[in-house]
Amino acid sequence: MRFESLARLGRVGLGALERLGRGHLLLVGIVLGVGEILRRPGLLWAQIFNIGVLSLLIVGVSGLFVGMVLGLQGYYVLAQFGAEQSLGVMVATSLVRELGPVVTALLVAGRAGSALTAEIGLMKATEQLSGLEMMAVDPIRRILTPRFFGGVLAMPLLAAIFSAVGVIGGYFVGVGLLGVDDGAFWSQMQSKVDFEEDVVNGMIKSLVFGVVVTWIALFQGYDSVPTAEGVSRATTRSVVHAALVVLGVDFVLTALMFGD
Amino acid sequence: MGKQHRIEVMVGTFMVLGFLALFFLAMRVSNLSLDTDADGYRLSARFANVGSLKVRSPVTMAGVRIGRVEEVRFDKATYEAVVIVRIDAGIDTIPEDTFANVFTSGLLGEQYLGLEPGGSQDYLRDGDEIANTQSALVLEQMIGQFLFKKAGESG
Repeated sequence: MRFESLARLGRVGLGALERLGRGHLLLVGIVLGVGEILRRPGLLWAQIFNIGVLSLLIVGVSGLFVGMVLGLQGYYVLAQFGAEQSLGVMVATSLVRELGPVVTALLVAGRAGSALTAEIGLMKATEQLSGLEMMAVDPIRRILTPRFFGGVLAMPLLAAIFSAVGVIGGYFVGVGLLGVDDGAFWSQMQSKVDFEEDVVNGMIKSLVFGVVVTWIALFQGYDSVPTAEGVSRATTRSVVHAALVVLGVDFVLTALMFGD
Repeated sequence: MGKQHRIEVMVGTFMVLGFLALFFLAMRVSNLSLDTDADGYRLSARFANVGSLKVRSPVTMAGVRIGRVEEVRFDKATYEAVVIVRIDAGIDTIPEDTFANVFTSGLLGEQYLGLEPGGSQDYLRDGDEIANTQSALVLEQMIGQFLFKKAGESG
């Protein structure tokens, strides 16, 4: 065979394109099924519970520690310029703009995205999805749509909780432990952090991450090879791809929002 | 029913927590609470140089913020900078002969517009112009003048 290596490269490229196409078709199918959750809101509540409520603990604890570390490290740098008073600004801006949305998305990808992929993959492997189809129930609308919107709705709320808890953590370390002035901490924060520019843009980011993370998790599960090994691989891929895409999309969004 | 109800309660709690966090970010962390006074009235002032005065820079009187800069633009006819400021609604007794200066908070701080009240009994109203203004101090110019003066003394 001539050009064997070229043909292999072509196959890889075509396969990737095909997967990308299947993923987008699945997303369209999921979003078109939005009527299902209006008819049965119970399905959506159950998924917000699975993705949001059960991630609350890990998100809250991580937020607290990230905020505390930001307080310590920020104090160390700012003290060199005699600008400890700006600690609140530094902690709040970095949390609201970047760390809140991004770290929450990574945590949710690990905590809830992997579970979604495994669940859907196992449903496929044990032919539950085909079973639903046999009963004339569309598995995409019945199973995937509520999970998708559950994730999309839960993500911004989780990110807001992460940022809020983080600011409080930074306050404990900065004001409580290192002796930054209480009033300066809050007043500088309030005068420098803008609601639309910082908070709203952060929320938009985490909404996009919610779409990305749940979409990847659902697609990897739905597209997995229906064997034990296939599901395990899909679960790994789900977390890895979600993390990479979140970081990449974050750069693009940051450049668009805060670039100029 | 019992399990479904419990899930609904938990999800409700989660959503309340999320919105509380968002509320905290809006009111306590960012400046949404300070900016709710979109009413108030506008004044304008002309400067030969506004330094790095920007939109949303504070406008203060006696060190207290009484408004914000709403617009900074260049007047191509007079080569001056026109600054439009919005003064909070409650502050309606600014004398006509008030002095407007561009100050810097601290050596490296940001610039703000400081108003010093005059003695006039007539007050500025919406759309009026503050006639007495003093431009921003540009550090390079000051150093230049200082060196020039020093050179003059020694020579």
